[in-house]
Amino acid sequence: MLNKIYDWVDERLDITPMWRDIADHEVPEHVNPAHHFSAFVYCFGGLTFFVTVIQILSGMFLTMYYVPDIKNAWESVYYLQNEVAFGVIVRGMHHWGASLVIVMMFLHTLRVFFQGAYKKPRELNWVVGVLIFFVMLGLGFTGYLLPWDMKALFATKVGIEIAASTPLIGHELKVLLAGHPDIIGAQTLTRFFAIHVFFLPAALLALMAGHFIMIRKQGISGPL
Amino acid sequence: MSKKQPVSRRQFLNYTLTGVGGFMAAGMLMPMVRFAVDPVLKGEAAGEYHPTQQKVSELTDTPVRVDFSYEQTDAWYTSEVTHTAWVYKNDKGEIVALSPVCKHLGCTVSWEGNDHKDKFFCPCHNGMYEKNGKNIPGTPPLKPLDVYPTAEKGGLLQLGKPEANNV
Repeated sequence: MLNKIYDWVDERLDITPMWRDIADHEVPEHVNPAHHFSAFVYCFGGLTFFVTVIQILSGMFLTMYYVPDIKNAWESVYYLQNEVAFGVIVRGMHHWGASLVIVMMFLHTLRVFFQGAYKKPRELNWVVGVLIFFVMLGLGFTGYLLPWDMKALFATKVGIEIAASTPLIGHELKVLLAGHPDIIGAQTLTRFFAIHVFFLPAALLALMAGHFIMIRKQGISGPL
Repeated sequence: MSKKQPVSRRQFLNYTLTGVGGFMAAGMLMPMVRFAVDPVLKGEAAGEYHPTQQKVSELTDTPVRVDFSYEQTDAWYTSEVTHTAWVYKNDKGEIVALSPVCKHLGCTVSWEGNDHKDKFFCPCHNGMYEKNGKNIPGTPPLKPLDVYPTAEKGGLLQLGKPEANNV
């Protein structure tokens, strides 16, 4: 049945070369853990991507209940965690996954660094990777505020004070982030929500696309 | 031994990897899907009676408008909502409490609205109902007005959740 549907579409649109191009490529011996177990260090990039997919999925589902409003944010998080079936698991995936993605990304960065895999001709991919790192940290920072509990509020106060210590444009940067010169409140929460679910994920997807296209074009770096 | 159907190495790997991968994907997706469909599976709360300020002894055979309010919990948000019923006593002396929500498109009907004698009238598309809530053929509504279950406590009327009317 599935084969027939596939053949029907393939006959008209010739889709086989498209996925072949993405899926069919050789894994060199030196990155295959079946040949050298130490090659597991090459898995961290893929694991980062895998956890990112989980983050995007669980985040999509969380927004079915979450409201970015100072009166209802905490209440809605409490509700989805304690009253909705599997709420504690779905929120747990997003909560722990957020830390895990940083850990995986860090290990991936270490591997690339210590193997010197960032050297010519892959400098540009390193730069894009560092940008992804910053976007991920931004996602972590903005997501931290959304439950609107005391920890979230004070962490954001500190974070915004750090931004305010930027030379010359510190004050403007603070107002831009918080939405108000003095208050971390209603406008901060909606801003952080918008940044967390629209702006940064869009940037992340674009950067990841660049990251992957470059690695496919250049191939993985050779053995040490 | 019957003729063997050899499974090639490639097929075996395909099957096992698809199986294991599918199992892992299901383990990931199952909580999220269950989380999303929770409102459908939660079921409806049992109807409870809400008190009104209407004295049962003051009801006549003419429908009167009874407004009543109660606390409603919508997930994390609790608020006071007000509903309306048209209440009268029928020939047998039973209390009849009709919902004012028109069965055409949900506008609000009123008793003898727009001077329609002895009828419930809906101003949106001129829907009309008999006194017992039965929709009048030839007007837009296709079903009779819903009816509230009624109860009495301390001489005051109490109303439940509106149900389909079988007049």
